[in-house]
Amino acid sequence: MRSQKRMKLIREIILYTVLTLFSIIFLIPLFWMISTSLKQEAQVMVVPIQWFPKPPQWRNYIDAVKAFPFFRYFWNTSFLAILNVVGTLFSASLVAYSFSKLRWKGRNQLFYITIATMFIPSQVLIIPTYLLFSKLGWVNTYLPLVVPAFCGGGAFNIFLLRQFFVSIPDELLEAARIDGASEFRIYSQIMLPLSKPVLFTVSIFTLLFSWNDFFWTITLLARSRKMDSCSWAKKFSTTVYYHVELIDGCIDTYCSSFNNNVFCISKEHNERFRFKWEW
Amino acid sequence: MPEKPKSSFWKRKSLVGYLFAAPWIIGLVCFIIGPIFASFFLSFTTYDGINPPKLIGFMNYKILFTLDPSFLKALGNTFYYMVGSVFLKVLLGLIFAVLLNNAGKFMGVFRTIFFLPVVLPAIPVMFLWMMLFNPSSGLINQFLGVFGINGPLWLNSPIWSKPALILMSLWGIGGIIVIFLAGLQGIPTELYEAAELDGANKIQLFWKITVPMLRPVIFFNVVTGLIGASQVFAEAYVMTGGGPLESTTFVNLMIYKLAFKDVQMGYASAISVVMFMILVPLTILLFRIYRKQAEF
Repeated sequence: MRSQKRMKLIREIILYTVLTLFSIIFLIPLFWMISTSLKQEAQVMVVPIQWFPKPPQWRNYIDAVKAFPFFRYFWNTSFLAILNVVGTLFSASLVAYSFSKLRWKGRNQLFYITIATMFIPSQVLIIPTYLLFSKLGWVNTYLPLVVPAFCGGGAFNIFLLRQFFVSIPDELLEAARIDGASEFRIYSQIMLPLSKPVLFTVSIFTLLFSWNDFFWTITLLARSRKMDSCSWAKKFSTTVYYHVELIDGCIDTYCSSFNNNVFCISKEHNERFRFKWEW
Repeated sequence: MPEKPKSSFWKRKSLVGYLFAAPWIIGLVCFIIGPIFASFFLSFTTYDGINPPKLIGFMNYKILFTLDPSFLKALGNTFYYMVGSVFLKVLLGLIFAVLLNNAGKFMGVFRTIFFLPVVLPAIPVMFLWMMLFNPSSGLINQFLGVFGINGPLWLNSPIWSKPALILMSLWGIGGIIVIFLAGLQGIPTELYEAAELDGANKIQLFWKITVPMLRPVIFFNVVTGLIGASQVFAEAYVMTGGGPLESTTFVNLMIYKLAFKDVQMGYASAISVVMFMILVPLTILLFRIYRKQAEF
């Protein structure tokens, strides 16, 4: 009995040691980032590392925010993310309601097709999608990054919502139907309020995805000035300007949390990006 | 007499169903199915984005496999990254999930710490790792230096650039841990209790109960991981630009460069179609998993 207890104790000590060790490894990069953001330029490259810079350079943050229209860029990114979340919540839940609670010909087949497209790699979609938006005159506007969210919000979100909706008993809806409620009313006043947890999950996924998305953003916004300039870019010149800023903004914003020194690196990167955009 | 209203009732119901599904039907056709067919079509053409596409048969594919070593190199790079990152992520993710599944104090704190990097914005994380990988002043090589190890050049070395990106991807292991944790909680505790009564030790429990019971979850993580890793793009674009010596030119980066910098959209489409075909088996596997889940 006693030896068993001792074994358990030893096991717990090992468990907590391993977890603590790896937690530290996981946290060190974050801590290092914060510490570096408070250093003077000369301190950044010093070996060995100074974990607590003296004195902390809070000015770095002010400088970084002032060095470019930080809040404008921040707003650009947030704006896209918010629109994506709104569009996805609305359209994906409508479609999921149709897939789970309404009966129509071809419903199951279409749902299987939906599942099949869930993991279509983006490589095979990017060129035709770009060409489509280019033909529509949408490249270098917000539209290509927003409209798809309103068209169902992606197979995965529909699947997630549909699975949740299926678990809601039909009797609830039947009762409302007998009382003469329209399908839209049932969807908006019964289904959605009951689905808050899964709607929250979908929001978080969409927000993260939209905020982090790089492949589509850089393809549909930041380039193509040359290719499209002849036809319509002039009309949209202000939009184009803001979008170039948007991408710049992402990169700058990211770096601004580091410090001046890093900020220089980021500027270099910006030059590289700019160069790429202009081809 | 009662038949007629009934059928029109169902017709109307059907119509409502289509109406609710309409956004997705449009999205599916315009943004997924249409583009897939267009990619196949474009892959048989030469197209510069301005003049109409010209059909050239299988020419693009012929060039791809016989005359363009950079494609096979990009394919190799992508496989290297896919296998390396998914293998390590799933293995370590499973181990950490088992450790974190223990009842005990602070487990919530540990889970949060391991999940934290997942919710950090992706691009700043890349900049952060660029500095951590700095050969002289970076944290990693300074740490190795403590033990007298002369750290590699990481992102500046054709040999170490891919392992560096894989190492970075491990920081985002939290997503996989969460999925494993959910799976672990679905294993009935009686199985463990019965095995313990029979005198099985922890390692036996892991291999004889945890792993077999989690097989579907492991499988799911491997397949989604492989499909996700096949699309690696931003890391290479931001951190290495595809170098050094094309060692981090992945397929997506190559497609991007060809289609939007060199405007060889037909050729780039051929690459995307080849990659798509390679990934079809994985997609079918996932389709089966999800269909099973949908039919409860």
